[in-house]
Amino acid sequence: MTQLTVEDLHKRYGDHEVLKGVSLSAEAGDVISIIGSSGSGKSTFLRCINFLEQPDAGRIHVAGEEIRLVRGGDGHLKVADAKQLQRLRTRLAMVFQHFNLWAHMTVIENVMEAPVHVLGLSKAEARERAEAYLDKVGIAKFRDAYPAHMSGGQQQRVAIARALAMEPAVLLFDEPTSALDPELVGEVLKVMRALAEEGRTMVVVTHEMGFAREVSSQVMFLHQGLAEEVGAPADVFDRPRSERLRQFLSGSLK
Amino acid sequence: MIEWSVITDSLPQYASGLWLTAQLTVLSLAAGLMVAIPLAVVRISPRRAVSGPVWVFTYFFRGTPMLVQLLLIYYGLGQFEWVQAQWQAENAFWLIFREPYGCALVTFSLNTCAYTTEILAGALRTTPHGEIEAAQACGMSRFTMLRRILIPGALRRALPAYSNEAIFMLHGTAIASTVTLMDLTGAARNAYSQHFAPFEAFIFAGLLYLTLTFALVGLFRLAERRWLAHLQPRKAIKGHTA
Repeated sequence: MTQLTVEDLHKRYGDHEVLKGVSLSAEAGDVISIIGSSGSGKSTFLRCINFLEQPDAGRIHVAGEEIRLVRGGDGHLKVADAKQLQRLRTRLAMVFQHFNLWAHMTVIENVMEAPVHVLGLSKAEARERAEAYLDKVGIAKFRDAYPAHMSGGQQQRVAIARALAMEPAVLLFDEPTSALDPELVGEVLKVMRALAEEGRTMVVVTHEMGFAREVSSQVMFLHQGLAEEVGAPADVFDRPRSERLRQFLSGSLK
Repeated sequence: MIEWSVITDSLPQYASGLWLTAQLTVLSLAAGLMVAIPLAVVRISPRRAVSGPVWVFTYFFRGTPMLVQLLLIYYGLGQFEWVQAQWQAENAFWLIFREPYGCALVTFSLNTCAYTTEILAGALRTTPHGEIEAAQACGMSRFTMLRRILIPGALRRALPAYSNEAIFMLHGTAIASTVTLMDLTGAARNAYSQHFAPFEAFIFAGLLYLTLTFALVGLFRLAERRWLAHLQPRKAIKGHTA
């Protein structure tokens, strides 16, 4: 079953066209890695999927339902129905580069927050869910700690548990290890690998070429706002067709 | 020599003055804070037409002395025939402004409300953008985000600045004595005029203000320990090295 399709997404900032028509389709269980140099538009693409950025053109379907858009008076694309966007956002959980945990809440409160106040679960149900996912990411013993008192790797694992607690159709990862000290990257990648093996649908913007190669079902190489190459990791990494991808890989893999 | 009898003779007045001062402080802080929370949310609106009126309110009350505000409300309002007519008609709302107690409470509440609005608006503006994005990304409505993320975070960050405001307010209530109220300062003035011993009369009032101030500081310290735990240096998590 198709969990997420993005068709012909465009985004510009003033004169600069960041995305020039990028498409993507994720079946259940797909892990799609988006790679590319900085400025290639890969983070913008991910953030347009859940409308943290407003795309200028394109269509997005989440779990079979299209996000309804209208063109506003100023010519920009707008969400037609804020309630629908809120509902579909609960199907798309996001993990951010800088974790973005809510600082005044403890670990377990962070994970319980949206299940209780967005999905409408009872506190008891949400607590049970939160405990289970914190356990899965190996952070259950810190349930009463505050984010500021934890390492980056631990915070990112809490953020992953928070995303999982929404039981979303698709997990979006926006450079989840880029803000981490090198020795903390491994613990986060290990959790993400386990999620992929469970068959969760994931779209991952990443600089971790090892992860992209070993875990992805599909790799997309973005360059100057276009999907320059898309394919199975073996094809993309071992038989790159474009000169730009070859250059990018030789720079990234050394 | 210090005349202890000045103090001992006036103890009952000091006690009731202390009670009135505490009352005015607590009630005006509570009322001011309640109104300041929604006003601060309006104040940070990017639309001028929305935030403008709140800006005018806070700038008037922060830009003029509280004594002038009190005199304006206590003496000034009675000058208008329309207000007098409301008093005659026993209009419950306007009767508040016939009594010095009501005038003082309203003035102090509006004054602290203006300062608190600006403190909270500042704290709301410093909400880390990532926390807002995380709330949006999990499908929170704007109202839920305000109620669960923005306001609780801002109230906590505002606590140290707000504790200063509370102390200023406690000291500011001393001007209630200028409109005939027998607060702590009023009691001291009374003791002074009865015994012509200004030093004893006012030093004792000063000591009582100091005690109230320390009590407030202590309360805020407890509040910070409770609500700002996430900003304090970490304590070891029981049974684990973090």
